[in-house]
Amino acid sequence: MSSRPLPAWSLPAGRADDLRLPDQWPAQLTREWAWGDSAGEDVRVCILDSGVDAGHPLVGEIEQAVAVRVLEDDEVEVYEDDEGDLCGHGTACAGIVRSLAPSCRISSVRVLGAGFTGSGPALLGGLRWAVEQSFDVINMSLSTTKRQFAGILHELADTAYFRKTVLVASAHNMPVESYPWRFSSVISVGSHEEPDPRAYYYNPNPPVEFFARGVDVEVAWLGGGTIRCTGNSFATPHMTGVCALVLGKHRELTPFQLKSVLYLTAGNVGGGQ
Amino acid sequence: MSENHDLRAAVAAGVLGAEEEHRALLHSVVAVARAIFAAKASSVFLLDEENDELVFEAVTGEGSESLLGQRIPSSTGIAGWVLVTRQPLVLEDVGNDPRFARDVAESTGYVPQGLMCVPLLHDEKALGVLNVLDRASQFTLEEMELLGLFANQAAIALDLLQRARRAHAVLAESGDDAEALARVAALLEGEHGIAGRKLLGALEELLRT
Repeated sequence: MSSRPLPAWSLPAGRADDLRLPDQWPAQLTREWAWGDSAGEDVRVCILDSGVDAGHPLVGEIEQAVAVRVLEDDEVEVYEDDEGDLCGHGTACAGIVRSLAPSCRISSVRVLGAGFTGSGPALLGGLRWAVEQSFDVINMSLSTTKRQFAGILHELADTAYFRKTVLVASAHNMPVESYPWRFSSVISVGSHEEPDPRAYYYNPNPPVEFFARGVDVEVAWLGGGTIRCTGNSFATPHMTGVCALVLGKHRELTPFQLKSVLYLTAGNVGGGQ
Repeated sequence: MSENHDLRAAVAAGVLGAEEEHRALLHSVVAVARAIFAAKASSVFLLDEENDELVFEAVTGEGSESLLGQRIPSSTGIAGWVLVTRQPLVLEDVGNDPRFARDVAESTGYVPQGLMCVPLLHDEKALGVLNVLDRASQFTLEEMELLGLFANQAAIALDLLQRARRAHAVLAESGDDAEALARVAALLEGEHGIAGRKLLGALEELLRT
């Protein structure tokens, strides 16, 4: 691609070559092509959750851990976190991502612990900070039902999308409206009941776009041990792990292209071998 | 909700004595949840927004009623995570987590091995969480869906309870006048209702002039 900048909103005559992208795509896109030999090397993954227990043997080293504090007037402050995980859930997510993409670089943004009333501003502040850090993938096993936050969340999700940060968000499995999983700029994830951690399916009836393993999953938990869990919030880090694998091999992919690769490699689509 | 709105709701509903009825409703919610999932216990925590805490409101089965009213932080632990993230969770072997075991024992008097925890969501509000402890069989996605539907119903019950409490508070603060209004409103539902409403209409017209 040329280094000459293009006008933001149009493509002048004769400059289509400036947009030339890799055109060596396989006739049938397979999982081997998508992530064969990848361990998610150097892919930066952010776990936006309850914190992560960095000492856990199934999680390993954490690159950075921060927490979000809510100040007056709903202003937020991001600070270095030394409290670890306040629930166990963030550790579980980190462990799942690590099991799929062992060489990825995991960071934790703790948005839990600011009290319930501070949870909305903490979520928004944490997500904004994570988007500004240009993580490759942000795992959000959480949502909000507050409509007042929907607009800002939508804006943040789109900002992430255009900055090449993939947002992977848990779909809700209750009949309620919640965000950000319903936005088309994120990858939304529900659960299937199969035991294969690499099995995932594309849903032709969105808003839930993919189904990944989310039932009876053995996960890392507080105290260095494991427990078994069920919920879309555990399916989500499985898709995050797959995203890290693909990006480890194909760094150039935009969120749109990555989602296309996930579609083509889904178990119910031709490239699922 | 405005004070006037609450007062109207209180007067219209004739809420005198509603607290006990709603407590019974909550107890019924946990009893049904326990029965549906053949569980050893079920409980409800209600969010106290003013103090930013979860309050142990109802329990059935294993666990101690003497701990009702116990308060836990609103955004830590499993209940806090479920409340804040609006996502239901199913956990097995939770006894492996010593902190969890201690927290739950302190709040409910019973340490389960397995736990389903689901947020109680009504409209855009998160009202609390419903726990189902140690069910008899393996959990499936169908059960998760059932739990979600049931939680929806429980959330409506919880919302009613909170409205009634607010209405009571408004009535209490308004003193004797509001109580008199509530009594009159209740009488309007009785056999003299039509005549009473006509009389009130005439009174309103008179007061406007």
